[in-house]
Amino acid sequence: MSSVRITGVGLHPFGRFEGMTGTTMGVVAVRAALDEAGIGVDAVQAAYCGTAYGGIASGHRVLGSLAGTGIPIYDVEAGCASGGAALQLAAASISSGQHDRVLVFGVEKMPKGIIRSSFFAPWQEAAGLTPAPAYFALRAQRLLMDTGLTVDHLARVVVKNRSHGIANPDAMYRKAVTAKEVLASRMICPPLTLFMLCSPNEGAAAVVLERDGKGVSVAGISLRSHLPGNVLGEDSPLSGIDDGAITPPTTLAAHDAYAQAALGPGDVDVVECQDTDAARELLGWAELGLCTPGEQAAILADGSALVGGGRPINPSGGLLSKGEPLGASALGQIVELVRQLRGTAGARQVEGARVGLAHVIGRGANACVTVLVQ
Amino acid sequence: MPVRPIDPSVLRVDDGGGVSLLGGWSPTSGLRHFPRSPVCPFTGADDVEPIDLPHTGTVWLHTTVTVAPPGYSGPVPYGIGIVELDGTPRLRIVARLSGPGVGPGVPVSLTGEELPGPDGEPALTWAFHT
Repeated sequence: MSSVRITGVGLHPFGRFEGMTGTTMGVVAVRAALDEAGIGVDAVQAAYCGTAYGGIASGHRVLGSLAGTGIPIYDVEAGCASGGAALQLAAASISSGQHDRVLVFGVEKMPKGIIRSSFFAPWQEAAGLTPAPAYFALRAQRLLMDTGLTVDHLARVVVKNRSHGIANPDAMYRKAVTAKEVLASRMICPPLTLFMLCSPNEGAAAVVLERDGKGVSVAGISLRSHLPGNVLGEDSPLSGIDDGAITPPTTLAAHDAYAQAALGPGDVDVVECQDTDAARELLGWAELGLCTPGEQAAILADGSALVGGGRPINPSGGLLSKGEPLGASALGQIVELVRQLRGTAGARQVEGARVGLAHVIGRGANACVTVLVQ
Repeated sequence: MPVRPIDPSVLRVDDGGGVSLLGGWSPTSGLRHFPRSPVCPFTGADDVEPIDLPHTGTVWLHTTVTVAPPGYSGPVPYGIGIVELDGTPRLRIVARLSGPGVGPGVPVSLTGEELPGPDGEPALTWAFHT
């Protein structure tokens, strides 16, 4: 994978943009990435578009607006990991020798409120068995039961990420919050309050990959799905047998990505990890091998996950600040990490960052872990 | 006349209005599952036999839904969680939860709960009550 380089990144801010289509946002992100790479769309040999709600041929619509069709265009859906799945396929097309220069982008324009997913049958919706925040809450409760973490720790994750988001001009929320405000915000599904949940929203992100170019290297990337049996899995099954011995998809993907990069968790300088809700981020730390279960409390206490700490996590502000446009969120992480590794992240720069890790997980359940090296 | 089940493949309604969850059991894997599938979803064994799942269990996890999700027109708030059914081997299922004192470790029993179905007409779903 070391032959795969990121030579250009682009982003349309994440937020709410009335009157603007997903296609328009995609065009903004793609043009920015192509400009950075110093190429025209006619130099791209294939394109991979991540989207969950964009509809048929979303990637074609974006490239059609740029007179960039004629090449293979793949539309990829993998829930919250859609952009990661698109990146994994694109990177593989280069490392396998199929292509020398490809474009990856994600676009999304989500409805407001609780995400509706065709994953569920109509009767499951009618029975009230589908709200994602409820499943997040049950997983959060299990985390608290097993580790001794408390709702105060969940609140501190939000405080951390929102403090990072202040310095991110592309984030939806750029105002600091206190733990007291987080805990006092509207209760959605105990123990998760409104501020502990990310907002589905809109946005786009794009990346140009080239063989052996100059730039940040995609040193490892893996997309994995869930193993059967865990009733708390992101695949939201209606039954499960046990979960103690079932390796989560994040860990499966991280193991692969670390091995490809010949690196381990201890080598990672900066992390962008899935924070659909505050507990999901704390679970991710352990599943990625960044700490042991329960060690999250000490990390939150010593400030090492803050920008300026030993290993900042979600310096972009995470989804809790940016919001989550499903197809674009994974590539938004990649844009952030590339800027961090280049040393161009401005006020939220992680000094000396050389190795970055990106993590997404969502419906399917799909998890994608990417290791980037400067 | 009893209200129809919200989906006849997961729930049976008796003449008296009682409900049963329709599960599967594989002699090869030795595992129970829900909803019933032609193949054991945990091992891939294809010798699934139909079983009625136990009507009693213990709450493992519980939360409350305070905002109506898309496609749902029943009352809010409502309880939801995971129940560990009686019997072995272990089987945990997602269910609506209700009753005084509901929470982790509390024994519960299966009951029917009437809600608007996907077509808006009344239908019975399952819940576990303390």
